[in-house]
Amino acid sequence: MQFFGGSEISPSPPAPTASGNNAHMMYVFNRNGICLLYREWNRPLRTLSAQEDHKLMFGLLFSLKSLTAKMDPTSVEKGNLGVPQLPGQGCSFHSFRTNTYKLSFMETPSGIKIILVTHPRAGDLREPLKYIYNLYVEYAVKNPLYTPGTPIKCELFNTTLDQYVRGLG
Amino acid sequence: FEETKAQHSPFTSMAPVAPRSGDVIFASVERVNAELFTLTYGAIVRQLITDLEEVEEVNKQLDQMGYNIGIRLIDEFLAKSNVSRCVDFKETAEVIAKVGFKMFLGVTASVTNWDAEGTCCSLILEDNPLVDFVELPETCQGLYYCNILSGVVRGALEMVSMKTEVTWLRDMLRGDDAFELQVKLLKQVPEEYPYKDDE
Repeated sequence: MQFFGGSEISPSPPAPTASGNNAHMMYVFNRNGICLLYREWNRPLRTLSAQEDHKLMFGLLFSLKSLTAKMDPTSVEKGNLGVPQLPGQGCSFHSFRTNTYKLSFMETPSGIKIILVTHPRAGDLREPLKYIYNLYVEYAVKNPLYTPGTPIKCELFNTTLDQYVRGLG
Repeated sequence: FEETKAQHSPFTSMAPVAPRSGDVIFASVERVNAELFTLTYGAIVRQLITDLEEVEEVNKQLDQMGYNIGIRLIDEFLAKSNVSRCVDFKETAEVIAKVGFKMFLGVTASVTNWDAEGTCCSLILEDNPLVDFVELPETCQGLYYCNILSGVVRGALEMVSMKTEVTWLRDMLRGDDAFELQVKLLKQVPEEYPYKDDE
């Protein structure tokens, strides 16, 4: 018989390693749900295929955005749940934290969504996410060989990203 | 030197950063020689006229090139200027004129001729770096030399969910006294959930 609200205490997360990457993984989506980039540095548990994983992540964020906007106590708009919003409009959530990880999120008005999953004691990552957006502009958007709306396959971008994320406190 | 380093470090301030003005960004980006820019653009138009021969085709191609630039330019604009979503189209037009044009062309435009609903306005450019040294010959009278700009504005706005129609009302190369670009908002296209519901 399943007993909900069990007495076992949730396991505490592993301490972040002193060296090596502090982040677990990163996603970049565009407005159409296409995963432009997925970087993985530290992910011991993988349960879904890559495509399902991306869809799940995108769907989660889409719903979370909608929900947080709907529950906004300061807003006077009476939009219905599920009504499509313009990216950047209304209130926007920027992170959630569990006992094992923290997910930080940033969305631009052009619909580019950047998600960074780190250890739970990470601080406010809004500035780093903006910096990553700048890296995206420099290495992907400005690259004439890159077609916008397709997955990014640029080694230089990956290396720069890895280096930057490694340096995050 | 230390000052610029601090400015570029991502950890200096945790508070949301205010949008930067056009002058500030223009001063901080890498710039190219103005003549090189003008002459390169002129060479592109010249080559298009040779390749396509029909002036209308050249206009369309310039607009398409502008569109392809605009869809990328918007991300650079958003990243560098820190502008958050504009509340209404009026704010959008002001931002394009004051921050956008300044940042990329080094000149500001003015916004006038609003219609009653606030969905259509004109951007007036007194100064236009694309047309320095340019005179249209007899054979190219139907040419909209700066049509790349209309494509850029249209492409950039489409990436922020606005479908627009951008046309030239006045063109100094055709004898008018200023460059007037009309921007008309056709509709806002909010994000739809892109995946079909799976079973």
